[in-house]
Amino acid sequence: MSKITTKNLNLWYGSFHALKDVNLSFYEKKITAIIGPSGCGKSTLLRVFNRMNDLVEGVKVEGDVLIDNEPICGTGVCDLVKLRKKVGMVFQRPNPFPLSVYENIVFGLRVHDLAVKKDYDKIVYESLNSVLLWDDLKDRLRKSALSLSLEQKQRLCIARTIAVKPDIVLMDEPCSALDPQATARIEELMRELKNSYTIVIVTHNMQQAARVSEDTGFMLLGELIEFARTEDIFTRPQDKRTEDYITGRYG
Amino acid sequence: MRIRLFKEFIIEKLIFLSGIASILFVILIFVFLLKEGLSFFKEINLFKFISGKHWYPISEPEQFGILPMILGSLLVTLGAIIFAVPLSIGAAFYISEVAPGKIKDILKAGIEMLAAIPSVVLGFIGMITLVPLVKNVLHLPTGLTAFSGSIMLGLMSMPTIISISEDAINAVPKSYKEGALALGATRWQAMYRVTIYAALPGIIAASMLGIGRVIGETMAVMMITGNAAVIPHTFFQPVRTLTATIAAEMGETVYGSMHYYSLFAIGIILFIITFIINITADMVLHRKHK
Ligand SMILES: Nc1ncnc2c1ncn2[C@@H]1O[C@H](COP(=O)(O)OP(=O)(O)OP(=O)(O)O)[C@@H](O)[C@H]1O
Ligand SMILES: [Mg+2]
Repeated sequence: MSKITTKNLNLWYGSFHALKDVNLSFYEKKITAIIGPSGCGKSTLLRVFNRMNDLVEGVKVEGDVLIDNEPICGTGVCDLVKLRKKVGMVFQRPNPFPLSVYENIVFGLRVHDLAVKKDYDKIVYESLNSVLLWDDLKDRLRKSALSLSLEQKQRLCIARTIAVKPDIVLMDEPCSALDPQATARIEELMRELKNSYTIVIVTHNMQQAARVSEDTGFMLLGELIEFARTEDIFTRPQDKRTEDYITGRYG
Repeated sequence: MRIRLFKEFIIEKLIFLSGIASILFVILIFVFLLKEGLSFFKEINLFKFISGKHWYPISEPEQFGILPMILGSLLVTLGAIIFAVPLSIGAAFYISEVAPGKIKDILKAGIEMLAAIPSVVLGFIGMITLVPLVKNVLHLPTGLTAFSGSIMLGLMSMPTIISISEDAINAVPKSYKEGALALGATRWQAMYRVTIYAALPGIIAASMLGIGRVIGETMAVMMITGNAAVIPHTFFQPVRTLTATIAAEMGETVYGSMHYYSLFAIGIILFIITFIINITADMVLHRKHK
């Protein structure tokens, strides 16, 4: 079933046309990768789904963005709080808050008033456990999250995101700050999480897209050039530009 | 080539000298203070000095107790902190996170200007506006109270606290705020649940520096607090601070008398208090950079 759909999506930063007529459907409980050269609009597209672009002054968005066949912002004012509970985001540089490990995880719960206090411990356990951090951190829950290793930080950020039980997890180059071993382990984690969440991952790394995703979209200069099953994109691309990119003829 | 090297040599030495000079001056001041003040403690016990309740430096027999002034200073300072710190933090957040570009620039410039107003001027303005206001609104026998002093000093410390806190808030990585918003926090929640924690060391240091200014301030408090050297029981009665005592009495003392030396002894006490505050502020600031 289609989880995220866009119809004739256009986005401008001031006068700069950053997304051009993007039409796509991302499927539920799958990993979809978005690849493309730097500056083609991958992050911009991702940030349309949780409206993080709203922070930028002078942004204009046109076209429809549907999640579960409903416009993400119905008519009138947009309920960003609700939207962002449903659509979580993991950033390129791990950005745990300067709070304790525990407080990082319950942050979303507090913000959305999701659970009663006595359930916090359980949710912290579940969230850390599902990103395989529980054993490492169970004695350090009250320590500052800034003291963790880079990989642990990124895992914590994932845990913090899934603690509020979103439907969709957006990941913007989640491994680009990590070493290859840590990257492999995070990819493993993504395959695990796919059973419960719809994941959209932006990556520069084509091997990564090939390894983790079921579907892949290729973007170039704000356009979605090709969108298909990952296998197909990498073995028989339909568009000449896709082929050029995956064979390394672009930067 | 020769000449250039020589020039560099001279410049280097000049810079070195000015650095040394500033340290030397501080040491000289301290030595002078100690020399004048310590001879006082030969006659009067330090503990008695600090805990004595009566300040009658020129009557017979003379009594040197600075407890009323210590309490006066503490009361005025505490009041100023309670008044100024929360307001300043709010203002700093407003300027760095809420105010639109134009207003932000105007406010920042305005606050820097506030810091430049001499304290006598502020004291004078306080005396003719704040003091009668406090008297009339609270129905007090006099408006010259610790409360008025606290408000005045709070206002004076605010520019320092606001501008340093604002820097600290600005220095918080944008990614914290983004992370909070992406989790569904509102702008307000992002501020008080995340940004403030990230900026906390800077905000604490800013408050300490502001407080340092409050404790050392003389002119304005002297004009506003009423200068009664009695132990205060409420916020709304006249008090006298350590600084005001020195400033008010120094002109009337006989050189070399016990009274004269006692004022230096007060200076030593003040010096120690501000020194401790500055060191603490420094340590908090440094922890942030690690
Ligand atoms: N806030 C902004 N204001 C103006 N232009 C922007 C802004 N953010 C991005 N752009 C422009 O939009 C285009 C797409 O940016 P985006 O960050 O989406 O690219 P990207 O594909 O994620 O690149 P990268 O792989 O380097 O992360 C770029 O040309 C960029 O310069
Ligand atoms: Mg990007």
